[in-house]
This record gives sequence, structure tokens and C-alpha cells, in this order.
Amino acid sequence: MQADRQHEAELIQRILAGETDVFHELIRPYEKMAYVTLFTMLRNETEAEDAAQEAMISAFRSLHTFRGDAKFSTWLITIAMNEGRQRLRRLKRAAEDSLEDTVEEPEGDFTPAFLTDWREIPLEALERKELRQKLREAVNSLPRIYREVFVLRDLQGMNQEETAAALGITVAAVKVRLHRARMMLQKMLVPYLKGSVPARKSFFGRLFQ
Amino acid sequence: MNLECKRVWEHISEYLDQQITTEVRREIEKHLENCEVCSAILDSTRNVLILTADDRTYELPVGYSKRLHDRLEKAIRQIPHPGEHSRN
Repeated sequence: MQADRQHEAELIQRILAGETDVFHELIRPYEKMAYVTLFTMLRNETEAEDAAQEAMISAFRSLHTFRGDAKFSTWLITIAMNEGRQRLRRLKRAAEDSLEDTVEEPEGDFTPAFLTDWREIPLEALERKELRQKLREAVNSLPRIYREVFVLRDLQGMNQEETAAALGITVAAVKVRLHRARMMLQKMLVPYLKGSVPARKSFFGRLFQ
Repeated sequence: MNLECKRVWEHISEYLDQQITTEVRREIEKHLENCEVCSAILDSTRNVLILTADDRTYELPVGYSKRLHDRLEKAIRQIPHPGEHSRN
């Protein structure tokens, strides 16, 4: 990671010194991150692709403002999210989002759903294409503040501090929102996750393998 | 559902992120051994996360990368290079 950071710093120096073509190489690892983040914000493929292109151009334009104290990926994702927000406003979909929560509700049902006829979900079930479709729909249906945190943490794999920095919120808010987002998704997806083939019950110590 | 279950749910995220103390983790695991409901909740939440992290869940449109770099290529040629801003 440290080596990557060093490598990126060198690329940035070269670009700023006039080797502008190097910018292609600099952003290549983040192409997907930009698109996916914008897709979850804009919920439209064409719009997300165009926004990702614009965001990368903005990043090129303001590369001289990048300070090495943040990670380049965090800086870039912030630019992408700003582009996404501008578009939401322009598309007037902001009207829809502004009705949503902007702070966490102190009250609310963020408890998980029971799987009453539960049997362990075999990993093969996760191979189903429609399940991935359902997950994308469920993510899209989350209120914005929860969706943003979930996308950065669980989809983009950013840590709590980076997520807090990118969204301009506290680490405590990241934790609360992430927990609620996960519980809401669990609840929405349970109907599609259950009813699978019975399998041997074993779940301890099996985290992201 | 009982109070103990509720306490487990409140810690599910932290448990999955391995951000809890050994003491709380032991307490949760002890509960899970005897509570099929909570075990199922934990397992399904974990599966949601596995699915989310799966590269195939979000795929890029065909030709996305090429279009992106083509557009960047044009933009880079038109925009004065960013280093010029910082030179005085």
C-alpha cells in the first residue's frame, strides 16, 4: 500500500511537470470505483458513465490541488461524489432525496429480519445472478445517507476514517449509518436468501474468505 | 426474541468488522451457539457483504474503459496541464 502511494506520488509529479499522458495510468486502478460510486448515486448507467468521465476530467484539472496528506483514492472519490451530487441537483432528483433523512433518526426500526424457516444459505446460492440484481436494487433503495456510507465501506472497501473524511461526517456517524444500512439490506434480501437447499450448519470464523 | 438477542444485533456490524473487544466477542459467540435465530441473522448479513464485495455484483458497461480514456485523451489535449497553475 505504501509502495502504491509512493508510486502514485511519482506519477502525480510527472503529470504536474508536463507528462500529462501519465494521467491515464494514474486513474486506471480507480475506473471501476468511480463508475460504481456514481451508479449507486445516480441509479442510471448512462448517467453514471458520463459522470465518471467528467469526474476524471475534473480530477485532471485540479490535480495541482491534491495534497499528499489524503489518499489519492479518497480525493478522487470525493470529486466523483461531488460530480454526482451536482447531477442529482441538475436532474431535479434532489427533490426526491431532500425528502429523505439528512441525519440519523434516533428512532426507527433497524432490527434485522428473522429467517424463520432458516437453513444455512449455501455459497452456491450467492452465485445466482438474480441475487446480485436484487442486491443492486436494495442498495439503490436505501436512503441516501445510508447508501453513501454502505457504498464507501462495504463496496469500495474504504476504512472508517477514509469514509468519514470523504463524506465530511464523524467516524461515529459512519458506524451508526453502516450498521443500519446493513440491517436494512439484510431485511430486504432475506426473502431471496432463504429457501435454499439445506446444508450443514457451520458459520463460525468464516469471514470473507 | 429476548434482550440478549437484541444486544447481539446491535453488535452485528462491529462483530463482522472485528471491531469488538474479546470479551464482547466471546459473549456473542456463546449466544450464537444456542440461538439459531441470531446465527441466521449473522450469516445472512455476512452473505450480503460477501455478495456486495463480489466483483460481479457491479459490472462496468461494455466499452466503458475505452470510452473513458478516449474522452480523457481529448480533454487532456485541450486543458492546459494542471502543473501550470502552481507555477508562479
